[in-house]
Amino acid sequence: MLTVERLNVSYGESRVIRDVSFSLGRGESIAVMGRNGMGKTTLFKALMGLLPVRSGRVRLDGVELTNKKSYERVAAGIAYAPQGRMIFPYLTVEENILVGLETVTDKTVPRYIYDVFPVLWNMRARRGGNLSGGQQQQLAIARALVTRPKLLLLDEPTEGIQPSIIKEIARTLHALRSEHGFAILVSEQVLSFAMEVADRFLILDKGEFAYESPKAGVDTSRIHAYLTV
Amino acid sequence: MILSVEDLTVSFDGFTAVDGLDLAVEEDELRCVIGPNGAGKTTLLDMICGKTRPSRGSIKFKAHELTELIEYEVTRLGVGRKFQTPSTYEDLTVLENLEISYPKKRGVVGSLFFARDAALMDKIDDVARRIYLGDHLGVKAGLLSHGQKQWLEIGMLLMQDPELLLLDEPVAGMSPRERERTAELLTGVTAGRSTIVIEHDMAFVRMIAHTVTVMHQGKVLAEGSMDEIQADPRVIEVYLGE
Repeated sequence: MLTVERLNVSYGESRVIRDVSFSLGRGESIAVMGRNGMGKTTLFKALMGLLPVRSGRVRLDGVELTNKKSYERVAAGIAYAPQGRMIFPYLTVEENILVGLETVTDKTVPRYIYDVFPVLWNMRARRGGNLSGGQQQQLAIARALVTRPKLLLLDEPTEGIQPSIIKEIARTLHALRSEHGFAILVSEQVLSFAMEVADRFLILDKGEFAYESPKAGVDTSRIHAYLTV
Repeated sequence: MILSVEDLTVSFDGFTAVDGLDLAVEEDELRCVIGPNGAGKTTLLDMICGKTRPSRGSIKFKAHELTELIEYEVTRLGVGRKFQTPSTYEDLTVLENLEISYPKKRGVVGSLFFARDAALMDKIDDVARRIYLGDHLGVKAGLLSHGQKQWLEIGMLLMQDPELLLLDEPVAGMSPRERERTAELLTGVTAGRSTIVIEHDMAFVRMIAHTVTVMHQGKVLAEGSMDEIQADPRVIEVYLGE
């Protein structure tokens, strides 16, 4: 469904993503892992159109996205919860979620959102900026989920979230994925969370994929080695 | 005792974020504060460092009452604060970021005639080495990885030699190895200072904490060693999960 071919992304002269190719099937979930500075966030930003690509192609369901603007990619079915949350601080919690509903016809917040994130229900009338960091992270994930994406990009989604809710998010993503059939690309440092959410693992090392494995038979010690070199 | 918080309370947006909180931190102590999202942990640090004014209660740092002071006065008394998201000067190098955090000669005249001397360079070298950026002095902060930016911000605080260091989620976004190194870094700088760390990574908390305080709904829910906290059914229910 998502096809990335020989993607190259640079900051000035510094090539951060080097000839990266991969594809993601409908309903499939891939965890992109790797140490900091290896290009995970850069890859996500390039897929979302927030950074220009130097060369290569990105397609979703056959639609060429390589040089499309971010909002055109949202319209094409990509949702993104960025690292650093980036919720709208002066909008209420509910208004923040409604922003995500721009792409769908039914403008009411789906029930499951408040089931998974009860704190967002309790705080729905409060300004996003008054939420704690971990609550803002939950809001960013909720805002991405309600767009009913074909592809959900989650950049370090567990950052700042309390342990019990991390477990809850893993279960929910699993359930929603089988129900709605969207694909997930998640960058994650917490191996236990990645193991629960992903079907396949890609290790990004110096801008290239150094190791790839399906969940069955994954060599966790090898992944751990890449994360801790 | 270096920090004594009593009956601390604050409300905003019609919501009591911190509610009659008592907390005491000793000299040379490394205290971890954990608790559910929205328990009031960050707001507690906001009040200690003078960013948010409490509606009631007292914060004593050594002999000073901090609730009556504004942020820079609190900083100058020796309280250093790191926020959740790294805030470094992206267009300055590692060296320049550390230099600009050096508290001496910061008046107008002092700034105009400021020159790097040997003592300052020694200090920068020492801090840069501690934060694993000794080989990156000439690199612009904007080009550092997320984890390195977090280290740099800790280094900028260490340049001020604070007696009380407040760190809000210092290992967020770090890889497992970076988390271990941050634990070593923090354990190495606690001599002669007290530190309060807010974190959700229990493995990290176990590596560094002397005592753990669990906050819930603006109050202290539990306090004790990591083993006591992880076995506490109330903490499991509201925070850790089964």
